[in-house]
Amino acid sequence: MVRIVYLMLVLLLSGAAAAEVADVYDFSDRAQEQRYQNLIAELRCPKCQNQNIADSNAPISKDMRDAVYRMMKDGASNEEIVESLVGRFGEFVRYKPELDSRTFLLWATPAIAVFGGFLVVAGVVIRSRRAGPSGPALSTEEKARVDKMLAEQERSS
Amino acid sequence: MYPELGQLALILALLLAVLLSVVPLAGSLTGRNNLQAFARPLASGVFVFVGLAFAVLTHAFVTDDFSVAYVANNSNSLLPWYYKFSAVWGGHEGSLLLWILMLAGWTLAVAIFSRRLPAVMISQVLSVLGMVCVGFLLFIVITSNPFDRLLPNVPADGADLNPLLQDFGLIVHPPMLYMGYVGFAVAFAFAIAALINGRLDAAWARWSRPWTTVAWAFLSLGIALGSWWAYYELGWGGWWFWDPVENASLLPWLSGTALMHSLAVTEKRGVFKSWTVLLAIVTFSLSLLGAFLVRSGVLTSVHSFAADPERGTFLLGLLAVTVIASLALYAFRAPVVHVRSRYGSFSREVFLLLNNVLLVSATILVVVGTLYPLVLDYLELGKLSIGEPFFNLTFSPLAVATGLLLGAGIFSRWKKTDGGWLARKLLWPLAISIVATTAVLIGYGGFKPWAFLGVFSAMWVTVATFWDLWEKSSSRKGRLHGLKRQSRSYYGMVLGHLGLAITMAGATVVSNYGIERDVRMVPGDVATVGDYHFVFRDIGARQGANFTAQYGTFDVMLDGERVSVLHPEKRQYSVGMSVMTEADIDAGLFRDIFVAIGERITDEAWAIRLQYKPLVRWLWLGSLFMAAGGFLAIADRRYRIREGADTKVQTDTVAPEPGSATSAGVTS
Amino acid sequence: MKRFLLFLPLLIALVVGVVLFAGIGKDPTKLESALVGKPVPEFSLKDLHNADVVLDQSLFRGQVTLLNVWGTWCPACKDEHDDLMWLAEEKGVNIIGLNYKDNREDALLWLDRLGDPYRKIIYDPRGTLGFDLGVYGAPETFVIDAEGVVRYRHVGVVNKAVWEQTLLPVFNDAQGNG
Repeated sequence: MVRIVYLMLVLLLSGAAAAEVADVYDFSDRAQEQRYQNLIAELRCPKCQNQNIADSNAPISKDMRDAVYRMMKDGASNEEIVESLVGRFGEFVRYKPELDSRTFLLWATPAIAVFGGFLVVAGVVIRSRRAGPSGPALSTEEKARVDKMLAEQERSS
Repeated sequence: MYPELGQLALILALLLAVLLSVVPLAGSLTGRNNLQAFARPLASGVFVFVGLAFAVLTHAFVTDDFSVAYVANNSNSLLPWYYKFSAVWGGHEGSLLLWILMLAGWTLAVAIFSRRLPAVMISQVLSVLGMVCVGFLLFIVITSNPFDRLLPNVPADGADLNPLLQDFGLIVHPPMLYMGYVGFAVAFAFAIAALINGRLDAAWARWSRPWTTVAWAFLSLGIALGSWWAYYELGWGGWWFWDPVENASLLPWLSGTALMHSLAVTEKRGVFKSWTVLLAIVTFSLSLLGAFLVRSGVLTSVHSFAADPERGTFLLGLLAVTVIASLALYAFRAPVVHVRSRYGSFSREVFLLLNNVLLVSATILVVVGTLYPLVLDYLELGKLSIGEPFFNLTFSPLAVATGLLLGAGIFSRWKKTDGGWLARKLLWPLAISIVATTAVLIGYGGFKPWAFLGVFSAMWVTVATFWDLWEKSSSRKGRLHGLKRQSRSYYGMVLGHLGLAITMAGATVVSNYGIERDVRMVPGDVATVGDYHFVFRDIGARQGANFTAQYGTFDVMLDGERVSVLHPEKRQYSVGMSVMTEADIDAGLFRDIFVAIGERITDEAWAIRLQYKPLVRWLWLGSLFMAAGGFLAIADRRYRIREGADTKVQTDTVAPEPGSATSAGVTS
Repeated sequence: MKRFLLFLPLLIALVVGVVLFAGIGKDPTKLESALVGKPVPEFSLKDLHNADVVLDQSLFRGQVTLLNVWGTWCPACKDEHDDLMWLAEEKGVNIIGLNYKDNREDALLWLDRLGDPYRKIIYDPRGTLGFDLGVYGAPETFVIDAEGVVRYRHVGVVNKAVWEQTLLPVFNDAQGNG
C-alpha cells in the first residue's frame, strides 16, 4: 500500500515513469555491488595524492574501476583482480599490504606492542608484591625537601 | 611599509625569545632572582611581537596587498572577507605564523596563570618554552618569511585561495588543532624543567596536568573539526582515511590521552614518574613529527602543504634537536626507582597502566603504519601503501579493548581492589550492555561480529560510567546533593568517557551499517538506498561569488514523505579553473543523507553518489563531549584554590608518597 | 642496567631520524614500474600513420628502444618534444611512440607542426596498452632491451639532463647485455 502511494507520488513529482536506476556499473545483486565497492576502496590511485580509486576522479582511477568491473564480470576472484592490477602498477596500489617478509614487522607491530606492554605491567605488579605491605615513610631528607618546597611556594604566592 | 614592520616584529620576537630561553634559566641555575624575574616580561614581549606580526599579515590580506608574495599566492580580491581573514593560515607560511602565535600565547598563559609555582620552576618552564619559540621563529624567519614582497612587479590580482579551503572549516579547524599541538609544548616544558632540577614529583604532575588536559581538549576539537570538514568538503563522504596527515594529528592525541591518565596516577600516587615524563616528551615530539610530515613532502597526502625539501630539512633539524636533547636529558636524569609502592592486580594504578599499554600500542601502530613505507623505501625494498583497510583491521581491536578495560577500570580503587568484588560489580553492567547491544544491532538489521564488539564496547563504557555516577551520588541528603558533591574533574572524566563511547558507537555503526551507492541517473530517475528514495528532479546552473556551479535537485523520500530537498553542486572556480564537488547533506542526529554529483556520463546522465550514514554525527558529537570534559576538569576547584588551602592539599599529595623527593638521584 | 633502558627512546628516535632524513627531497609520487624485468605486454594495435598496419610486441625485438608515452592533451609532452627530436636526430636513439588516449587527427597535426622523433607510433586511443604497461600519467618513457624486456621507466619529462643521468646508463647497460 505504502509502495503504491509512493509510486504515485513519484509520478506526480517527476512526471516520468519511475524505474529503479542503473548503477554506474551494473551488478546482478547487492552482494556483488558490495564486493565491488570493497575492492575499489582497497586499491590506491597511482596518480593521485593518496586516494583510493573509489574516491578519485583521475582518469587512471576510472580505467582501474573499469578493469575491476570487467574482471568481476569475467568471474575473477578478488585475489586475481588485485594481483592483475599489482602486476601492472606495482604493490603501491594495494592499500592493505600483503603479509610477506617485508611486511611481517608491520603486521606484527600491534601484537608485539600489546604483549610487550602486558609483560612489563605484569613485571611491575609482581615486583610491587615483593616490595612489602606498604612503602617506607618519608626519610628525614625527603621530609626536609618537601618542607622547603612548600615554604618556597608560599613565598612565591 | 607594513609588511616590513611585520618582518621586523618577527625578528624582535626572535631576539626576545632567545633572551627568554637563556636569562631565566641562567637565573634559576645560579639562584639569581633578578634574572628569573625577567621570565614573565620576556614571555609577554614575545607574544606582543608575534601578535603584531600576525596582525600585519592579516591586514595585508584584508586590504588585498598583493605585493606580498604570500598574499598574492593565497588570496584574491574576489574572495569574501571572512575567507580573506582565514586565508591568513591557508598556506604554509601563514599557518606557521599561526602556530607560533599559539605557542607564544601558551607561553604567556603559563606566565600569567602559574603565579603560585616556585620561581625556579616557572623560570625554567618559560625558558624551555622560549627555546621552542626560538626554533620556530628561526624556521619562519629563515625559510618561510610570510612578508616576502613581489616588487616591483606587483600582480594585479591574487592567485586565489585553494577552493577546498574556501570554507568555514578553514576558519575553525587549524586554530583548534594548533592550540592542541602547541599546547603539549607546555607539558613538555614542565617535564624538561622537572628533569633539569631533578624535581619530578607529585607537585610537578599536578602542575602540568591541567595544561595537558586543555591541550588535549583543543586537539580533540581540532581533529573532530578536521574530520567533519573532510566529510562534507572533499566530496566522497569519508570521515577518516588514515592519511599520513590525519595520522599526524592522531598521534599526539593518542599519546596525549595516555599522558593525561598517567599524570593522574603520578599526581595521586606519586608513581610511574619516569614513564609519565617520557610520555610528555614523546607527545610533544609527535606534535613536531606531525608538523614535519605535513610540511616536508616525505609522504603523499590528500591534505598536505606544498612540499619543500629545504623546509623539511630545517624542520627535521628542529625535531632532531628537540628530541635528542630532551631524550638525552631524560636518559641521564630520569629517576630509576625500585618499585616501593604496592598495588594489587586489580588496583586503579594497574588499570591505568594497562590503559597506557593500549594507548601507546595504538600510537606505535600508527607511527609504524605511517612511516613503514618510508623505511622500506629507504632500504630499497620497494614502495608500498598502507591505508584504511590495514588500519581498520589492526586499530579496531585496540579501540575495543580500550573500551572494555575502561568500563572495568571505572570501578577499581586506588592501591587495592578485590578481584571477586570487582567481578560481582561488573556483572550487572555486563548483562545490561549485552542486552542493549543486541537490541541496537537488531534495530540496524543484522548481526556483524565487529559491529557487535564496537557497539558493546561503547555500551559497556556508558553503562559503567552511569553506574558509577549513580553509586557515587547516593547520599543520605538525597540524590541531588550527592550529584552536587562530585567534583568538576569527576564530571569532566564522566563527559570524556561518554564522549569516547559516543564516538566509538558512531564509528562502528556508520562503518558497518552505512550504505553507499554509485548510480547513473538522468533527471526524473529515482534511486533507492536503504529505506530512502532519491528523486533526481533536475539540474540547473547558478553563479557564485567566484565560481559557477551546476547543481542538482534531489527529493529525499521516506515512506512516501519528502524528508528533504538536496542540492549537490559541481563548481568551477573562475580563477584557478579548478572543479570541485560540493556534496549536499541532510544531517540528523541518527543519520545523514549524502548526495554528491560525479562525472557527467552522457549529455543527460550523471554519475551520482548516494549515501546513507547512520550515526555519523556521533563521531564528532563524542569529540565535543571529550573536549567539554577536558575543559570542565580543569575548572575544578583544586586547580584554582587559594594559597592556604593549596598548601594543605599539597601536603596531602606529597606526604604519603615514598621516595619521590630524592628519587631523581636514585639509580640502580 | 636500568639506566641503559632509559636510553632506548633516544636510540629509537635516532634511527627514525635517519630514515626521515633520507626521505627528504625524494618524490614519493614517482613509482618504479611493476614491469621492470618483464617483457612488454602482448598487444595488437594500429599504426598511427597507417590504420591498415597492425603492430604488436615483436616491434621491440632486435634493438634497444625508448618507448615514449604521449598525447596531444598532455602539456608536459609538448615540453619534452624538442628533446625527443634531439635524441632521435643527434643521438640516433631508437624511439617508439605510444600515442595514448588521443585521436588520430590531433596527433598527426601535432607531429606535422613539431616534427616526428618516432620510428613507429602505436595508436592506442582507448589506452589499453597504456593500462597494461601501468601508465598512470603521460609523459612516461620506458627503456626496453633488444629482447623486448622492460628495463626502466621514467615518469615525467625527458630532457637532456634526465637522458644523460638517468636513461643513458640504463640504455647502455641494455645494449651491453643485448
